[in-house]
Amino acid sequence: MIDLNNVSKTFTLHNQGSALIPVMEGATLSVKPGECVGLTGASGAGKSTLMRLIYGNYLAATGSIMVGSTDVATAEPREIISLRRDTLGYVSQFLRVVPRVPTIDVVAEPLLAVGSPAEAARDKAASLLARLNIPDHLWQLSPTTFSGGEQQRVNIARGFAYDYPALLLDEPTASLDAKNRATVLGLIEGAKARGAAIIGIFHDEAAREQVCDRFIDVSAFAPRAAA
Amino acid sequence: MTPLLQVKDVAKMYGRRIGCADVSFDLYPGEVMGIVGESGSGKSTLLNCLAGHLEPDSGQVVFDTRAEGPVDTVTMSEPERRMLGRTDWAFVHQHARDGLRMSVSAGGNIGERLMAVGARHYGGIRDQAADWLGRVEISEARIDDRPTAFSGGMQQRLQIARNLVTGPRLVFMDEPTGGLDVSVQARLLDLLRGLVREMGLSAIIVTHDLAVVRLLADRLMVMKDGHVVETGLTDQVLDDPQHAYTQLLVSSVLQA
Repeated sequence: MIDLNNVSKTFTLHNQGSALIPVMEGATLSVKPGECVGLTGASGAGKSTLMRLIYGNYLAATGSIMVGSTDVATAEPREIISLRRDTLGYVSQFLRVVPRVPTIDVVAEPLLAVGSPAEAARDKAASLLARLNIPDHLWQLSPTTFSGGEQQRVNIARGFAYDYPALLLDEPTASLDAKNRATVLGLIEGAKARGAAIIGIFHDEAAREQVCDRFIDVSAFAPRAAA
Repeated sequence: MTPLLQVKDVAKMYGRRIGCADVSFDLYPGEVMGIVGESGSGKSTLLNCLAGHLEPDSGQVVFDTRAEGPVDTVTMSEPERRMLGRTDWAFVHQHARDGLRMSVSAGGNIGERLMAVGARHYGGIRDQAADWLGRVEISEARIDDRPTAFSGGMQQRLQIARNLVTGPRLVFMDEPTGGLDVSVQARLLDLLRGLVREMGLSAIIVTHDLAVVRLLADRLMVMKDGHVVETGLTDQVLDDPQHAYTQLLVSSVLQA
């Protein structure tokens, strides 16, 4: 479902003397439907960079990044947009929303984007928010005013509202208490059971052991010059 | 899929100075494209060339019309272009006063565009005007008030209602949230996003506000000195800018 072949990434800082910073080289990996792969490596090793490359948020310098039948490395913007709508979900560490939009609508949005009826989308959003213990009197408020942990759970609810065939999870269990953490791990296991291909970053070792089928150490993809 | 708009090598000179040059892109149905750049980068010149307000010196602006398929709007007759401007195209000005008739009631402003495409039934026009006032969150009780009695944010929403009532397929926006205070901006952004999704609109938005394009636009085009220096997916251009100027632009934004 997700296949990376020989992906490299370089940043060119034009305004700092055109400094060339190679950050990744020869990244190759493959994730099958129903499989959850954990990325490991020290902080700064490039776990998030790799995720951003797969999501099309960073532009790969070389190599191919196949998600389904789309090569993210060379796709047109509209192809990546439809990939993100229909195929590839991403739970980042940060919630970015239009201010003043109610939480329930933020969560329902991915479903509306794929054409689900408004009522069904809101029902699904409500059940996810309830499962993640966001009190229902907050649903009509914008999540911009929520605490860090609440925002994180809203982000997760949004990421799991629509059943994406491929999912990227950047620290989904960070800053969650035990109960919510168990819920999130349950959601991940549910997604695996329905056949989603998942790549995750988990600093929480117990969580990692529970949901991941195998691990990939991204330090292996560090550029040789810098290593 | 046929692009809704195909722009090919559009150029506009002001005497010997470049307004914009070598601009080419395709816009597909349902896509929202942002154009960013500093003042004087040619983004408004380009928008006006695309929308038929300025005649480009060279190049083509091919629009996929409902009746005849793709037609070059630069070479079409003035009446045809005007008709397009009243039906399938809409233009949201930065200053609502430029897009509204200030001496006509709110309902009249919306109704006028309907009448321009042949609506004649007074009751029907008034009902549609009331419906659109509701959609842009203006109380129906204000239908007979003139826009001069409206706040800046309300005027901008009225301008949007007037533009969208005829169900256009392509909306040009020139700094639609410029000059509004942030709380009004947020509401307008939410409104625009909802309308774009519900109506399946394509839009081209010129702005210098990177936060606005991040929330509204799928794709981004960065202009400098009349030329396009970078294009791509909005979040990719903002988070991993490739061109020196884009890197400068992105790194110059104040963090709120």
